[in-house]
Amino acid sequence: MATTIDQTIAQKQHSWLTSITNSQTFWVVIAVILACVFLSFATESFATSKNLYNITRNFTFVAIIALGMTLVIITGGIDLSVGSVLCLCSMVLAVTMNAGYGIEIGILAALGTAIVVGLFNGILIAYLGFPPFVVTLGMLSVARSLAMVASNNTVVFQFGPDHDLLLALGGGAWLWGIANPVLYMIALALLTGFVLRWTRFGRHVFAIGGNEHAARLTGVPVRPIKVAVYVISALTAGIAGIVQTGWLGAVTTNIGAGMELQVIAAAVIGGANLAGGIGTAFGALVGAALIEVIRNSLGLLGINAFWQGTFIGGAIILAVLFDRIRNIRQSE
Amino acid sequence: MALLELSNISKHFGAIHAVNDVSLSLQAGEVTGLMGDNGAGKSTLVKMIAGNFRPSHGTMRMAGAELILHRPVDARRHGIEIVHQDLALCDNLTAAANVFLGRELRIGFGPFGILDYAAMYKRAGQIFAELKSETRPRDLVKQMSGGQRQAVAIARTMLSQARIVLMDEPTAAISVRQVAEVLNLIRHLRDQGLAVILISHRMPDVFSVADRVIVMRRGRKVADKRIAESSPEEVTGLITGAIEQA
Repeated sequence: MATTIDQTIAQKQHSWLTSITNSQTFWVVIAVILACVFLSFATESFATSKNLYNITRNFTFVAIIALGMTLVIITGGIDLSVGSVLCLCSMVLAVTMNAGYGIEIGILAALGTAIVVGLFNGILIAYLGFPPFVVTLGMLSVARSLAMVASNNTVVFQFGPDHDLLLALGGGAWLWGIANPVLYMIALALLTGFVLRWTRFGRHVFAIGGNEHAARLTGVPVRPIKVAVYVISALTAGIAGIVQTGWLGAVTTNIGAGMELQVIAAAVIGGANLAGGIGTAFGALVGAALIEVIRNSLGLLGINAFWQGTFIGGAIILAVLFDRIRNIRQSE
Repeated sequence: MALLELSNISKHFGAIHAVNDVSLSLQAGEVTGLMGDNGAGKSTLVKMIAGNFRPSHGTMRMAGAELILHRPVDARRHGIEIVHQDLALCDNLTAAANVFLGRELRIGFGPFGILDYAAMYKRAGQIFAELKSETRPRDLVKQMSGGQRQAVAIARTMLSQARIVLMDEPTAAISVRQVAEVLNLIRHLRDQGLAVILISHRMPDVFSVADRVIVMRRGRKVADKRIAESSPEEVTGLITGAIEQA
C-alpha cells in the first residue's frame, strides 16, 4: 500500500515511549524520586515539611542559573563566571540599597551590572573569537574582585529604606506557602522552555551548537545570538544573586564561591551536552534537584560533609558516562 | 537572454590571481558542469556568484540587469542558492528544521511570533515528495544516509523561488547508489527550469547529468562546450593541461 504524504509527514523516528526512556532527564527524575522515597523511609527528618521546604528553596539558586547555563552549553560554550557574577550583582544591590536608594534602583543596578558582564563575555567570545573557557575564567576572577572593591570586603546587612521589602522578596512565601525563590524558578523555567521550543531564537541556539559553520552559512545571526546567551547567563546569575540576598539578609564577598561547578553539574546531569546542541530547561531543574537531594541526604544520613564534593563530582561523571554508553550503543 | 552572465570576471588576492578574465553565461533549464583541478579557481568563481567574494574586475548581469552582491544574503534574495560541499546541516535538528534553518516559518506578529511546526513539517514533506526522496521531515539528520542528507540540503534551495542552484561536489562523499539518487535530484531541478552549476571532480557524473561543461585551469576558462561535443578524454586533457584550449 502506498503511503500518502500526510503519513510520511506524520512519521516519527521514535514512539512516544522510547523517546522518553531515551532521555537522560527521565532517568534523573527517576533517580530523584527513588532517592526521595528511600530517604523518607531511611530517615525521620527527610519527609518533614520543614526539610522539603528547605530543599526546594536551596536548589532554586543553582537551578535558576542552570537555566542560563543550559542555553550557553547548548551553543557549545561554557560560562565559568556565574558564581562570581552572582556575588558581584548581590554586592551591587546591597551597596546601592545600603547607600539609601530604593529597591527598584538597587535591582536595576544589579541587573545592569549583569548585562554589562554578559556583554563583555559575549562580545569577546562571539566577535573576537576568544575561547569561552578563557574569557569566563578571567571574569570569574574579575567579578569577585570587583565585588570586594565595591564593598571594601565587608559584610553588608543593612539595606536602607526598602530593607524589609528585599527580605520578603527573597525569604517570603507569597503564594500558597511556596517559597518565593521557587516561584521565580518555575516562572523562569517555563520562560526558558518556551523560548527554546517555540521561538526562532531558541531554534538558532540549537543550530549553533549543532553546527556553527552551517548556522552561519544558512544566514543565522550567529554572533548576536552568542552574545545574547552570555548576557542571559549573567542575568540569571544576577537574578539568583538578588533573590539570594533577600533570603540570606546579608551579603559577603564569598557567596557563590564554587557555585559554577554546581550549576554546570546541574545542567549536565539534566542532559545538556557539553559538546553543544542538546539540553532542556526541565533538565536543568531536575539536575539541580538531584544535586540538592544528594547534599541534603548526606547530612541526614550522618555522612561527613567533606564527602559532598565526591558525591556531586561522581554524579557528573556518572551522567556523562550514561551519555557515552548511549552513544556507543547508537553507533553500533 | 542568458539568466546569468559573467563578463571578464577576475579575482585577485594580493598577487594571486585566483580567477582571471572569465566570461560565461548560464541558461535556465540547463545543467553546467564546472570542472578543474584543485586550485583552478572553481570555488573562487562560485563564491563570487554566491556573494561570498566581490570580483576585483568585471561585471555580473542577471536577466540583463547588473548584479552586485555584497553578502550571501543578497545572492539568496536574487534567487541564487548554494548547496555547500559539507551540506551545512545541523545533525541535532530534524530534516524540516534544517530545511527552514534561518528562514523559519512563524505564527504571530513581529519578533513575538512562535515557530509554526505544522506548516514547516508540511512544506518540507511536500518538497521531499517532489524530489522523490524518502526523507521524512521529523527525522533527525544525525541518523540519515548520505543521499538523504543531500536531499535535505537540496530541499533548502526549493523553499524560495530559486533560479540558480550552485552545487559544490554533491557526490564526493556518498555511496554509488546514493550518487544516482543525487543525480536524479539535479535532473529534477533542471526540469523545473532552474540553472544548475555542478562543481565536480567526478567525470561520469558530469557526463551523465550536465548539458554543458566548463573547464578551468589556473584561473582561466579553457573550455566551454556542449557535453555532446566533448568527451571525458578531452576534458581530462583540458584539466591537466595536456590540451591547451578547446
